[in-house]
Amino acid sequence: MKLENVLAVKGSRIETCALTDTVRDVIAHLKAANVGALVVVDGGRPVGIISERDIARAVDGESNVPSLPVQSLMTREVVFGAPGDDVAAVLDTMTANHFRHLPVVLDGELVGIVTTGDLVRAELDTLRGHVVTLEDQVMAGGGE
Amino acid sequence: MSGAPNPLRVAIIGAGPAAFYAADHILKQSSSAEVDMFDRLPTPFGLVRHGVAPDHQKIKSVVKGFAAVATSPRFRFYGNVEFGRDVDLDGLARHYHQVLFATGAQTDRRMNIPGEDLAGSYPATEFVAWYNGHPAYRDEAFDLQTPAAVVVGVGNVAIDVARMLSLEEHELAATDMARHAVAALARSQVRDVYVLGRRGPAQAAFTTPELKELSELPNVDLVIDPAEAALDALSAAELERANDPVLRRKVELIQSLATRPPAGRPRRLHLRFLVSPEALIDDGHGRVAAVRLARNELVGSETGSLSAKPTGATETIAAGIVFRSVGYRGVPLPGVPFDTRWGVVANVAGRVCSPETHELVPGLYTAGWIKRGPSGVIGTNKADAVETVHAMLADAEAGLTLDPAQPTAAAADEYVCRCCARPVSFADWQRLDALEVEAGARAGCPRVKFASVATMLAALAGEGGPAGN
Repeated sequence: MKLENVLAVKGSRIETCALTDTVRDVIAHLKAANVGALVVVDGGRPVGIISERDIARAVDGESNVPSLPVQSLMTREVVFGAPGDDVAAVLDTMTANHFRHLPVVLDGELVGIVTTGDLVRAELDTLRGHVVTLEDQVMAGGGE
Repeated sequence: MSGAPNPLRVAIIGAGPAAFYAADHILKQSSSAEVDMFDRLPTPFGLVRHGVAPDHQKIKSVVKGFAAVATSPRFRFYGNVEFGRDVDLDGLARHYHQVLFATGAQTDRRMNIPGEDLAGSYPATEFVAWYNGHPAYRDEAFDLQTPAAVVVGVGNVAIDVARMLSLEEHELAATDMARHAVAALARSQVRDVYVLGRRGPAQAAFTTPELKELSELPNVDLVIDPAEAALDALSAAELERANDPVLRRKVELIQSLATRPPAGRPRRLHLRFLVSPEALIDDGHGRVAAVRLARNELVGSETGSLSAKPTGATETIAAGIVFRSVGYRGVPLPGVPFDTRWGVVANVAGRVCSPETHELVPGLYTAGWIKRGPSGVIGTNKADAVETVHAMLADAEAGLTLDPAQPTAAAADEYVCRCCARPVSFADWQRLDALEVEAGARAGCPRVKFASVATMLAALAGEGGPAGN
């Protein structure tokens, strides 16, 4: 199973924001789109990612977070995936390194974003599919 | 159902596993819904009939459950009726509240290398469809008068193709392989089959049982280079980190088989790793004579996924026939929004939508490979279809359906019969099925398949059976 299989289900829709948007804008956007992170783009190029976690961390000890610009608290060291990446390996890496959103890039173009939830679901669907297949065979008397 | 049309009338395009799982769920969840299932072929079951390998009958037993779905009085099968040729969206929208597309992924991905279109280079799926008796491929002529064949890819289709190329005539004849394919493969000169994986043993898509099956073929030496079976440092680390007993067992079996000395059997199946075809070489007459391979090494990306990168070293394998099995794509359907990037009908959880705006298209749905792309096994389609059916029934309840002018079974039947000269019902299929199984009993195999639409229709008219077509 590859990231492209996950994106075929999820589609290429990506929620983005600009460097100069405020955190207040971002929170409204996250809520409206029902997502947990926005890709920060500058001139069409992805330059960072801002997630609920970035905002939660910034709130600690800071009172004017909603008016801060995105660029002051976004994550700049973004890991990008490729459509041909293996879901299992990517999931291991995201879990080990504690990040939950992975923008996917093809030939320099953003083509989607996957979350750990998407990848867990994809793995689970695959395993459930094997169970259904085997059960159907047994129920049809084709099993041993 | 309060706001729902009663009865809710559903057309399903396609008759493979996703279509049957969807029909089953609709009929179970609604006590009044009526389902008409359409397929361009007279025969149902999609890839279970035309994709699953002929020597894997156990996997095909799933059709018993599908046939049980067809016993519902609220289900009709219209085989030999093609969407876009015989019936279209406008016509269906006059008779159905909902249309569900479950047409699968019908085309191959290309390798995009020089020589790919030389004679002797084929998509593996065409070979599979041919040996499984798909009527559209009955007349394909695969030139097997060559000592070596190359299969590009290490997924289950690639492994099936390699196995079919390696079996003896008596082994093939005992399966439900199309008789024209058994005859052609019996004359095959192929003795060496090379299966090419671009990455290493830890990334191979085949399963351990599939590999074990190859290793137990009585007339075939399975040849694996111990150097290619060894794990590089990145793969070893990945295996350690993943702590996946299934993957570990597969790697161990590959490595153990690599140490097995050849037994001098008449056929050899070479399982290669870390090689990619770079070009197919012309024999000077427009036919494949050889395949030039790039040797690869694995490189890690920051996501932890390992990819193949050419080392610069190359080698050439002489082979007169090449099958590529490097993935599939869905084919757009007339009038149905398509996501060209991922090769699927554009959808949100099974509801068809615009690929650009994601605006939903009322009344249209999708399930199976044309919904999610070619991933998973037969059973994966069950949860996939159930997700779509939930959306369909919720939308019906909310009154969000097409607005058919004549939503009756009789009017739909009249429409279909006007558009198609000879629709094939499920009862018709059961007659064909019985004839195939009878012919199989005489021939000592599970069934002898009808290999052309004409012979099927003739048999339904009482003229002849599947043998000799």
